[in-house]
Parts: sequence; structure tokens; C-alpha cells
Amino acid sequence: MLAVVGTVPEEDFPLQAGEVTLEKEELFIGERRVKINRGTPALLAAAIQAGQALGEKKTYGFLAGDIGLGGGSRKLYEYLSRHLGKTEFSTIAFHYVQPDVDGHNRVLFSIEEMAKRPILIADAGFMYAAKMSGQAPEYDLSTPDVGELAFLADEMAPHPFYTRGFVLHEENRVPDLIARAYTHENAARYLLVKGRTDYLASREGIQATIQEPSVEALEAIGGTGDTLTGIVAALIAAGRQVSEAAIIAARVNRLAGFYANPTPGTSVREVIKHIPRALEQILQEMQRIKNGRR
Amino acid sequence: MGPPPEIRSGCDLVVEFPLMAELKIQKTLQDAGLPPLMLVPATSPLLQPVNLFQIKDFGRYLMVRAANMKLTVDKEGLTIVNVSGGGCPDVPYLAEQMVGKPLNEAPSPREIGHTLCGYALQLAFEETKRRCLPS
Repeated sequence: MLAVVGTVPEEDFPLQAGEVTLEKEELFIGERRVKINRGTPALLAAAIQAGQALGEKKTYGFLAGDIGLGGGSRKLYEYLSRHLGKTEFSTIAFHYVQPDVDGHNRVLFSIEEMAKRPILIADAGFMYAAKMSGQAPEYDLSTPDVGELAFLADEMAPHPFYTRGFVLHEENRVPDLIARAYTHENAARYLLVKGRTDYLASREGIQATIQEPSVEALEAIGGTGDTLTGIVAALIAAGRQVSEAAIIAARVNRLAGFYANPTPGTSVREVIKHIPRALEQILQEMQRIKNGRR
Repeated sequence: MGPPPEIRSGCDLVVEFPLMAELKIQKTLQDAGLPPLMLVPATSPLLQPVNLFQIKDFGRYLMVRAANMKLTVDKEGLTIVNVSGGGCPDVPYLAEQMVGKPLNEAPSPREIGHTLCGYALQLAFEETKRRCLPS
């Protein structure tokens, strides 16, 4: 089963651990409801939509309210460091959490106690914490955008805000930034870099690029990176290899975006609605190609 | 304690705080009439905040990126239509508070944000205002 760790932008939202369900445009966990907007709720909604299309019945969530003061994130670190070791998730996606090196390391220690190590995905604040702690290679997949990739590539930067100018200038040289991130041990086993072209990379170099369909407006829409992470997490939890799941997810996210016919002012909710249709189409195309080869 | 030699300028006092809370700490010190001479990461005191902006013009919409944060406005009504990027938990909160508001009425990330992602969004916000609002 997939577990998602993250925060919701409500100060008084208590820590919740449990199954997350999706009804219309809201998520439900415990007795709380969560509006679907950018951030971890968008990741969860995308993961649930994709998971259901893949036959996965349940998605688990560890959520706490945090508006940037860090209180909810500290509760999450504390809870996970005490409880994660006894759980049996196949895949865990870590997301919007206030970066905290000590908290991050305690969570990683608790994962070591799990009977079977899950596939680990780090995005957003947790990806920052993984890099800051020097533990980025412990993760199977990270999903940075180009700005975040520059941060991973800059071995000196403690946060994207302090990425050095000469590294940021290399925006159009994504392969060089990827290589630099691996050289300094600041990248996960796989990187799925989202942008005008999506790149799947590993220590061995670029494994695949995905450019179609090209929907320029998606870059401006808050949450489209979160939906990508949600889709890839659901595919991995359903049994796909990380590299295959990343390529499928990139194509599905683009196609769902295309079906939403967005402007830069569109909400990510419009994209999420089209994930099941896009996923079905991409999987059918892949099956046709596979059958054609026989 | 004293600052590292690279940034020492006299009989300076250093206050160490979690880097993530930079925006909140800066605001607190300023409100108390104690604006800091400098804010630097303890591990690399010579690093500077990002000062490069990437601009993307979609025609009707303009997107400004500072570091990992992107802010998009509708040029016709000067309304903030999207906030994207970032990884700290105040980003979804800031987006909720800012999206849909006119550029000159939206709350500033400096006022309601707390983290370095909020700080990066503040820079994108200022650059967008500089480009879109009459000076």
C-alpha cells in the first residue's frame, strides 16, 4: 500500500494517520475533510485517482496542519520516528514538510526498522531535507523541477533560496545539472525532472525524455508537480518498476493537462479530473505496442 | 557569539536560528527595531539569496520565477492567478491567501509567510509588481 506524508495549510488541523478517501473535490482522513488544492492534497488526490484506475483500493496518509511555522511538521517527524518502523507500506511518498535535518534522519532510522524496506519517494520540503542531511541517495526517486534541480546540483546551497547564480544560469543545461547532482551525491536513485521536457535520469545518465503532449501553461499551474508525484507513487505502489512508472506518470500528467485545456490561471483540480482517462489511454497504448511486438 | 571571519565587520553579535525560519525571524527583528546587518547560512556565510529572475510571457499571463517559486498574473486584470513551486509548508497557505487577489491588494509573503520558500515568493512578488504596476 502507498503511504503519503505531508501537510495541509490549516493551522489547527491535528495530526491524522489513516486511510484517505476522495469524494468529489474533497479528501477525507479520520474525521477531517481537506480541500483539494496544490500541495500534498493535490498529490493525494492524484494518487487516489490513479490508484483506483490501477485496482489499488487504499491509500494511507500521514497529515498535519502547518502554515510554515513548523509545528505540524515537527509532530509528523515525531510520530513517524516512533511508528513507521512497525508499518508495512510498499511505497512511501514524502512531501510538503518543513525541512529539518534531525527530524528527517530520525524518520530514516525508523524506516530501517521496517521488516521490508519500502520504495521511498522524496519531493518538496522532504527532498530538501534529504539533500541537506546528505542522505539523498537513500531515496529511490525524487521529482524536482528545474529550479529545485539547480539546488540539488549546487553542493553548497542549504536551500533553493541560496542556489548560486552560476548554477541557476544553467537552466537550459538540465543534463549538466543532473550530472552535477549525482557527482556530489545529492540525488536519489532516479530523478524525474519536470519541466518543458521531463527527464528521467539515474547515476548512469539520462534514461528517457518526455516532451509530448506539450502544454506550456502547465508550468504556471500550482500543483502539477504534485500530481506527477502522486501518479508515479500510485504506479510504483501498484507494482511497476520505478523507471517505468516515472515514464508512464510523466506521459499521463501531460495528457491529463492537455485534456484540461488549461490557461496559466487554471486550477490543478481541473487536471486531476482527467487523470483516470489519461492513465487508461497511456496504458492501452503501451499494451498495443507490446502486443504488436509479439 | 561573534560572526565567522568572512563577514566580520566590527564588534558584531551573531544570533543563530533555523535557516528555514529566516523570513519570520527577519520580520520579528525588524518589528523590534533591530534589523540585522546580514542574514547568512551558518554553513556557508558567503552565500547570497537568489537574485536572478526567470520571466515567461504567455501573452495574457506573465510568470515570474525566483529560485524555486513561481508567481503568475493575468496582465489584463492584474490578478494573481497561480503560485507554483516550493517545498515548505507555507507555500500552499500563501497560495491560498494570494491567488485570486489583485496584485496591489494581495497580502505580501513577507507579512504572512515564514520560510525561505516564502522569502523566494516575496522576491517573485516584488519583481512582478515592479514589472506590472506603475511606479
